[in-house]
Amino acid sequence: MELAFGHPKSLKPIQTKYCPGCGHGVIHRIIAEVIDEMGLQTKSIITNPVGCSIWADLYFDFDSVQPAHGRTPAASTAIKRMLPDHLVICYQGDLAAIGTAEIIHAANRGEKFTTIFVNNAIYGMTGGQMAPTTLVGQYATTAPNGRDPVEAGMGYPIKVCELLATLGGTKYLARGAVNNPANIKKTKKYIRTALEAQMRGEGFTLVEVLAQCPTNWKMSPADAVGWLEQNMIPFYPLGEIKNTLQPAQTDAAAGER
Amino acid sequence: MADDIRLMKGNEAIGEAAIRAGCVAYFGYPITPQNELTAYMAANMFPKGRTFIQAESETSAINMVYGAAATGARAMTSSSSPGISLKQEGISYLCGADLPAVIVNVARSGPGLGGISPSQGDYFQSTRGGGHGDYYTIVLAPKSVQESADLTYEAFALSDKYRIPVLVLADGLIGQMMEGVKLPAPIDPASLPKKAWAAGRQAEEGRAPNHVSSMNLVPEELEALNIARFKHYETVKKELCRYEEVQVEDADIVLVAYGTSARVSLGALQAARAMGVKVGLFRPITLWPFPYDRLNALAKRGKRFLAVEMSMGQMVEDVRLATNGQAPVDFYGRCGGMVPSEEEVLAEVQRLLAR
Amino acid sequence: MIEKTYMAGFGGQGIISLGQMWVYCAMKEGLQVTFFPAYGAEKRGGIARASVIVSDAEIASPLVTKAHSVIVMSQDSVPIAEEICAPGGVILVNSSLVKADPARPDARIIRVPCNEIAERIGDVRIANMVMMGALSQATGAVKLDHFEAVLKSFFPPAKHGLIPMNLAAVAAGRKAV
Repeated sequence: MELAFGHPKSLKPIQTKYCPGCGHGVIHRIIAEVIDEMGLQTKSIITNPVGCSIWADLYFDFDSVQPAHGRTPAASTAIKRMLPDHLVICYQGDLAAIGTAEIIHAANRGEKFTTIFVNNAIYGMTGGQMAPTTLVGQYATTAPNGRDPVEAGMGYPIKVCELLATLGGTKYLARGAVNNPANIKKTKKYIRTALEAQMRGEGFTLVEVLAQCPTNWKMSPADAVGWLEQNMIPFYPLGEIKNTLQPAQTDAAAGER
Repeated sequence: MADDIRLMKGNEAIGEAAIRAGCVAYFGYPITPQNELTAYMAANMFPKGRTFIQAESETSAINMVYGAAATGARAMTSSSSPGISLKQEGISYLCGADLPAVIVNVARSGPGLGGISPSQGDYFQSTRGGGHGDYYTIVLAPKSVQESADLTYEAFALSDKYRIPVLVLADGLIGQMMEGVKLPAPIDPASLPKKAWAAGRQAEEGRAPNHVSSMNLVPEELEALNIARFKHYETVKKELCRYEEVQVEDADIVLVAYGTSARVSLGALQAARAMGVKVGLFRPITLWPFPYDRLNALAKRGKRFLAVEMSMGQMVEDVRLATNGQAPVDFYGRCGGMVPSEEEVLAEVQRLLAR
Repeated sequence: MIEKTYMAGFGGQGIISLGQMWVYCAMKEGLQVTFFPAYGAEKRGGIARASVIVSDAEIASPLVTKAHSVIVMSQDSVPIAEEICAPGGVILVNSSLVKADPARPDARIIRVPCNEIAERIGDVRIANMVMMGALSQATGAVKLDHFEAVLKSFFPPAKHGLIPMNLAAVAAGRKAV
């Protein structure tokens, strides 16, 4: 009998350190599911960022490399160049600030690893500071009156997919969310498309995932999924922002599984 | 001339030696006076099917080294002083994750942007870790184009053996000058032993996952890791300390100098000896580990020392640590891109001996 | 034997090739060599200088601070020649461009009209090779016995037609001393 549902092999069956309602756990799970489905558990390497997901190596049951804050695209570049037949996942939360140079140039070179960019609009691990993706008016410990782009000189939230879409090396840029089952399902599809494109060696692929951080947003997990829906999605539209993958393969990848 | 001796710039000889040592990944960023090295790697890595990337920054280049090294590949970056400062973050991480790598510094004058002329002002940075945290890197200081090639070649083996990054500390003069060089035999990267701790090839190796990381948030555990690493450093100190002595035995004064300053000091020594003045030369080849014990033994025998550097006086602090007050230690240096002349060093020796 | 030569001129005069060719030939004769160039920050027309040492023993400092021989290819290189020439050294002056000799009565000053000789042979750009012939004749440090072989490996085959002219330049430079 076929197993309809179970714990993915690529994810260790242990409890995570993540807070209740945090998006990382769901994202970890769907990555692990796709890797299992592709049969690549022992041929995968993840680079984990600095941030709450620095502990990704505790959870993913395959090789990992932990570089410096923001530098995961540089390290992933070299890992994928050394091991081109491996699946290399650059898991990043620290991409839009300290890792800006690295992500832009890895994308522009068309590096053939896949970035999973977790956008929770805040710094989680360090305790709720303003992120480049913090929404205008959103509270953060370093934006105590809410993000004020002009008067306080805090700038505007950065749309990473749209920013990268102008670069020739980028082939697939999509934005999903993990605030409800329908979005989770779509996000998994984007991740699968990106990972399959990587294994075909097509170019730079990135999936941005809008995720809840109830602790630093100072709300309950239930409120957080609603806040994401009402505030983040209108500013960060979901969907495939750029898809220039080979047409036949795009169709196949886009099919329901 | 033997036909296997080639006339090469130091920068090119370093590049060729790295390729022959089985370096499969080079990551660089333009900076004078090491640009010939990056260009040499660009021209010669691609045809061999190896990786060359001109990175967007020095920071990125060293983190690419980190990634490549994490897969067990022989990886390298090179730069000059300001660029090496930018790489310090990555070097600290390499050390924290016990990753081998080779970093070449064709040093120029500082601080800040400084100038593009040769300098030895990076001694402190090179020999005291350079970045944050408790660590050292092995530091090799060539004096010639030949030694630049030999030490770069050996750096890869040493780094793999000890799992410590190796810094080759040259300077703009060594990088830019041409000398005859006999190149070492090429190593086939595929013939190098696999590294059991590296990421990748998990399926072929049938092992549990490997995690390459410098992080540990448990103070007791991190302390134990650091203590173990420093115990390992003691082994390196015992096995690796290297230096060259010239006419030290009967010397009334011993010049202590490395790299280009050692070449200048050798010239001063030869001129002094021709005048009947007994000058010796002690040249550290490994700046870390520094040959403290040998200098200490010479101090106990009543030698006096003159440290000669292209800096305001950095290595001289190690000479003083080594001699520990048992011998007079003087300093002569030029900086800002100035190279002392043989005549200047000789004059300083005569001044000290007449005192 | 050790011969420390300081070569000075302006960019485009072939100072760097002169120095490189000199040490290539010296290596062929079994000597140890160092060649250290110094350029101006300008890409064209700035100063071009080189410290060049050949020796039958290990070479200490690669920087020439007291030169046994100095090559002066241009008028504005005269002051550095006056300063750097060792007592009793040789100063080879390109008299085509240098009208006032270096003020060093102790030195042996040899005037070689490099540009005129080069033009007579066929190309002013080989003035540097004329000077190299003169340097060999004056110092005896490098005999240039392997010059032709060095040129063959230095030039790509398509440019081997230039070799006879270079050989003629060196021969003429020797004769001019």
